[in-house]
Amino acid sequence: MPDTAIERAARSTPPAVANRLKGLSDRGLAMLFVAPTIVLLLAINIFPLIWTIYLSFTNYRVNRPNRDVDFVGLRNYERILNDADIWLTMQATAHFLIWTIVLQVLIGFTLAYLINKKFKGNDLWTTIIVLPMMLSPAVVGNFWTFLYQPQIGLFNYVVGFLTGADPSSFSMIGEVSLAPWSIIIVDTWMWTPFVMLICLAGLRSIPDSIYEAAECDRASKWRQFWTITIPMVLPFLMLAVLFRGIENFKMFDLVVQLTGGGPGSTTELTSVNLKREAFEKWRTGYASAYAVILFVTIFGLASIYVKALNKVKER
Amino acid sequence: MSFSVTEASSRQKWFAGILVVGYALITMLPLFWIIATGFKSSPDAIAYPPKIVFEPTVEGYVNLFTTQTRLSSDAAVSAPQDLPWYENLVRKKGMTIVGPSRFSERFFNSVIIGFGSTFFAIVLGTAAAYAFSRFKVPLKDDLLFFILSTRMMPPIAVAIPIFLMFRYLGLNDTHAGMILLYTAVNLSLSVWLINGFIDEIPIEYEEAALIDGYTRFQAFYKVVLPQAATGIASTAIFCLIFAWNEYAFAVLLTSGTAQTAPPFIPTIIGVGGQDWPAVAAGATLFLLPVMVFTILLRKHLLRGITFGAVRK
Repeated sequence: MPDTAIERAARSTPPAVANRLKGLSDRGLAMLFVAPTIVLLLAINIFPLIWTIYLSFTNYRVNRPNRDVDFVGLRNYERILNDADIWLTMQATAHFLIWTIVLQVLIGFTLAYLINKKFKGNDLWTTIIVLPMMLSPAVVGNFWTFLYQPQIGLFNYVVGFLTGADPSSFSMIGEVSLAPWSIIIVDTWMWTPFVMLICLAGLRSIPDSIYEAAECDRASKWRQFWTITIPMVLPFLMLAVLFRGIENFKMFDLVVQLTGGGPGSTTELTSVNLKREAFEKWRTGYASAYAVILFVTIFGLASIYVKALNKVKER
Repeated sequence: MSFSVTEASSRQKWFAGILVVGYALITMLPLFWIIATGFKSSPDAIAYPPKIVFEPTVEGYVNLFTTQTRLSSDAAVSAPQDLPWYENLVRKKGMTIVGPSRFSERFFNSVIIGFGSTFFAIVLGTAAAYAFSRFKVPLKDDLLFFILSTRMMPPIAVAIPIFLMFRYLGLNDTHAGMILLYTAVNLSLSVWLINGFIDEIPIEYEEAALIDGYTRFQAFYKVVLPQAATGIASTAIFCLIFAWNEYAFAVLLTSGTAQTAPPFIPTIIGVGGQDWPAVAAGATLFLLPVMVFTILLRKHLLRGITFGAVRK
């Protein structure tokens, strides 16, 4: 009895299924393969999004299920846009976003540039540097509160050792002026490797021949850096900034565990603030309008940015 | 001796190497501190100046896995002599073990939910990615972009209706609910990454198989799947790490039965505030598997974190 792969497969497949699959056109098979994914995403992402939009026009509160739900039109949106506290959280978010991106780009690019000098063992050290990025922000953020403790914390001790300041004289997460920097430092520690890896890919994509040609034309190293290296890495760098921008606009877990939004509301970024409105004050309708505004902001900024990125790539 | 213009001189290499190694050592310090604190006694953990050399103890790990209560003085006197080593360790502090803690339960929840959601995300994602890569799917680019855009939403923004929906369906604080949710969140990653991996397999292999009499379906699971296996495996690890680390949904939608480790570890409390050696022990056990996976993944790391946008 000939025992080819096809026959073995045919025997192991129940006839009904086999016939049905054989009868399927490519188009039918494509539908069958794509449909579950689309259905699940519609159910878990789009349906909730539409529900959020609907709730944003109402005064619904989850903790008062028996109260009548009134349609309030755009009142939630009006209140949010006129709320001074929300603008403060937006400012805190912007401060966090800008500084994390600036620091991560500067340090990440420098590291990638140095690693690209291909010293011995650079692969090993790259892998080690990358580790913080993959870890749970909540668990790591929680442990950083220990490192940030005045007196006994390792961070305060090291800073005190290097600057001569008294380690118990400052509290990174307890002081209004320092708390915004405490989250920036941890985020930079975690995510600089991300920018570094993408820059490294950019640097490695530049063919040697371009530098050789520049060398023949007697371009200085400095000139080569600004006219070859930077422009060639720029699309990669912009992509890294896009990813970090979206992620940090959504930032939640790290900050909740690290400062919980405090002291006061100095580190209350938008997601943290939203969680408070939705799940502590239970202002569901109001929080839904807030969520819609955030989503539109992220989506709008990201699409403008992607257009700019494509322009840079075309050049 | 090479005279390439792009090769750095050995002095430059030394300089670059020293700076990079210096950065790596600084960046490792917090991780080293987590592991070290897990093996410290409570007084050592909060000593000033911070102790680098200390006498290692597994007290933190014992605290992590057990719940304890203060030992009454007469019970201490009448205690039998052949106590297990961990009970002896606890008794030195005047405490006694009354039962296991919830840590292993929460850890196990993370394992079930992580592997469960990864499995479904990979099965659904592979099917969809194959279809996107090989067939003319109507509105293909729009669908792919739609799948990616689901990842842009802040989790808290969709958490409100998901919370209501799950409450209505009785899925709040259940393993099934969390697996369903994480599957949906991970699908965008799995579709995009696997799509890229399948695109790289020459279509001629399948065409040859089809001519040999394979059906489309057979060509898919006998020719394409084995070729894409490494790519699919590394995608699976990325999905697993994401589900493992996820915090926002976990803290809002689970409280007991299905709570995963990330919301639990920060709540480990000892006598008088957080028990840092126990927290560090929990964090070590929780973070180590991810570190190992990261090292295994290093070749595909860049691809995974950029959704396949950057391929080396």
